[in-house]
Amino acid sequence: MLSFILRRLLIAIPTIILISVFVFALQKLLPGDPVLAMAGEDRDPATLEFLREKYRLNDPVVVQYFTWIGNALRGDLGISLRTNQPVLALIAEKLPVTIQLAVMAMSFALLIGIPAGILSAVRKGTITDYIANVVALSGLSIPNFWLGIMLILLVSVKWQLLPASGYVPLSEDPVRSITVMLMPAFVLGTALAATMMRHTRSAMLEVLTADYVRTARAKGVKERRVVLKHAFRNALTPIVTLTALLFGELIGGAVLTEQIFTIPGFGKLVVDAVFNRDYAVVQGIVLVTAVGFIVMNLLADVLYVLLNPRLRGQ
Amino acid sequence: MTPTRTTLLAALLSATALAAQAQDLRIGLQEDPDVLDPDQSRTFVGRIVYAALCDKLVDITPDLEIVPQLATGWEWNEDGTQLTMTLREGVVFHDGTPFDAAAVVANIDRSQNMDESRRKSELTSVTGVEALDAQTVRFTLAQPDATLLAQFTDRAGMMLSPTAAAAAGADLGSNPVCSGPFKFKERVQQDRIVLERFDDYWNADKIGFDSVTFLPIPDTTVRLANLQSGDLDMIERLAATDLGAAETADGIKVEKATSLGYQGITINIGNGERAANPLGENAKLRQALSLVIDRDALNQVVFNGAFAPGNQPFPPDSPWYDTDYPVPQRDVEKAKALMAEAGFPDGIDITVQVANNPVQMQVMQVIQAMAAEAGIRIELEAKEFATLLSEQTAGAFQASQIGWSGRVDPDGNIHQFMTTDAGLNDAKYSNADVDRLLDSARTSTDTAARKADYDAARDILNEEMPIVYLYHPVWIWAMSDAVEGFVPYPDGMIRLEGVSMKE
Repeated sequence: MLSFILRRLLIAIPTIILISVFVFALQKLLPGDPVLAMAGEDRDPATLEFLREKYRLNDPVVVQYFTWIGNALRGDLGISLRTNQPVLALIAEKLPVTIQLAVMAMSFALLIGIPAGILSAVRKGTITDYIANVVALSGLSIPNFWLGIMLILLVSVKWQLLPASGYVPLSEDPVRSITVMLMPAFVLGTALAATMMRHTRSAMLEVLTADYVRTARAKGVKERRVVLKHAFRNALTPIVTLTALLFGELIGGAVLTEQIFTIPGFGKLVVDAVFNRDYAVVQGIVLVTAVGFIVMNLLADVLYVLLNPRLRGQ
Repeated sequence: MTPTRTTLLAALLSATALAAQAQDLRIGLQEDPDVLDPDQSRTFVGRIVYAALCDKLVDITPDLEIVPQLATGWEWNEDGTQLTMTLREGVVFHDGTPFDAAAVVANIDRSQNMDESRRKSELTSVTGVEALDAQTVRFTLAQPDATLLAQFTDRAGMMLSPTAAAAAGADLGSNPVCSGPFKFKERVQQDRIVLERFDDYWNADKIGFDSVTFLPIPDTTVRLANLQSGDLDMIERLAATDLGAAETADGIKVEKATSLGYQGITINIGNGERAANPLGENAKLRQALSLVIDRDALNQVVFNGAFAPGNQPFPPDSPWYDTDYPVPQRDVEKAKALMAEAGFPDGIDITVQVANNPVQMQVMQVIQAMAAEAGIRIELEAKEFATLLSEQTAGAFQASQIGWSGRVDPDGNIHQFMTTDAGLNDAKYSNADVDRLLDSARTSTDTAARKADYDAARDILNEEMPIVYLYHPVWIWAMSDAVEGFVPYPDGMIRLEGVSMKE
């Protein structure tokens, strides 16, 4: 087992190096001079030169890369060109915000998607099934930004029920924190709920035709019990896998949602950093995200092996 | 009622009472400010925060007259090379350090000499500053500088606590210490900046809030929605297209001021190879382009008529505007005649780069349609702003739609764009007479003489037209009806003296 993990770790190293080179190269290919973006409207030549020196932008690109990666290995991702804050601190500050949004959005997706999926599987071919399918399709096809703005205009401006945007840390005021996050989480959750519903439906349909379900019914088990206890439990495996996969998609979707609802999370940090040519921040974020994904994959691989001993020899 | 419930209720009631007393003003900004150090910062929204946080040596009136703030009086020596300022007594910084002449000396030194300072170019004329006594400070200048007082109305004139600045160095931005009506409390990047009332402020009676919170909300629709839902009390830069909706909405009012800035089309006249294009080589074609634009229609179509059409670096209501050259009426025939005169009777093809945001794109599309009627066939190149800017400085453009946020002193709107080799002269326009006139205007302290210089320069520039001016944006603030006493300023700042919330 240990050797398996070690092997996987060794494979992860070149992946991370490749990603870091790739991100660094992409940044350099991006048109637009970061120093011009930073120096302000006046573009004072002395300031430009000072900034180039300070952020070592006059060095050859290869030197720049090794300086950056060397510092990153020591846990120093540099400072934001725009606000002078350490990149690592910025990321640490923003990550919990996006995680809260993702968890709440996932809760919406699960709470809506799974019951809808079960219902439409059980009532396959009925009007309930059709309605659930239409709703799910709309959930998938309505763009986040449009739904977000519509909800703000309706819920916040017209009915004045929820705050239009913003963010309150969970530690400061849990109730308000969750209230503020309700709308964005819902917007982000709808598309996922649709995917979730479709998958639950097909998994349930498969299980509901299985022999043991027929046996259970023949034994006179109540339908409700057949569906929830016997069938759903077995349909759960693909749903759990899907949930894990969708979390990655959530982080991506958060970029748009955070922009609309002005949530100071990871996604908003990325977008602002790219537009301001805040190289250090963009590179830091991509590196941290990439490492995060690799670690998650590694964990998943390890879990598979733990669950399925047949994989161990491979 | 049980004793515990009574206590709880009492606690709740007193909490509500406290909340009612603590008056917070919530302001929605279009973007997140950069570092909060007046010597290092560069964003417009940063300056809005400073208006509440940092006092300056002098301030402006809505009519751009310079009035006392931390300096109560000033006088120039005979030849305009020495400025002596008398400072306000009894002023302290947020950390308790007293404000005096030595503090001014330290601040000017920081602005001029700190490596990270972006104020150096604003203070180049200052060769020395000395404290004559605790309340008197004297600036010595290399040559007369008409713009210096105007520089002191902005970031170069903002006074930081010398104690805090010495301790924090270039990191002051994480906890700025000034002497304004509000002191820094906290900042969460991209989320909020909170300032709280400074009780020892010299003008504390005029301050009607216990705290002010700035919230960056880039989307204009969402910003307005936050105001309508009551989550914000005031927003800056309402989109002109939302003006109608905001003016008719219940509980919201709107204030406006024509900005000091402009938007225009900069034409590459001498910046590298791409200057070799008909428009860059021929002033008559530039005049034709200007003539073919219906600036009123442009304003109506894109900005619902809310902005100010313009044809000079100063808006038509500015005292510096040259009335000999009013905003031209559209004249397609004359434009065609000019083009024929220049040897292009069949029209020309040009490429104009434009920032890829919906508003500037729309501006250029309207102009594209208008210009086509005279045979000026415009191809638009939409670029993301940072790219547009670097290509413009590098000369990789024929024409570029860009603007300028504007400065209090007229010099700031023209000198660095029109004089030979000046920092922002991306057209690389060069004319010895214009250089001489604009240099003379910046070194004279006689307003009438300056105006004569600018008018003489306009005679030349109106012919040569390195920038085709289009319009002057108008600042639009929207706020709750309960906000009282707000005065719109052409610099777009939100000054909180005298502003309060109706009970």
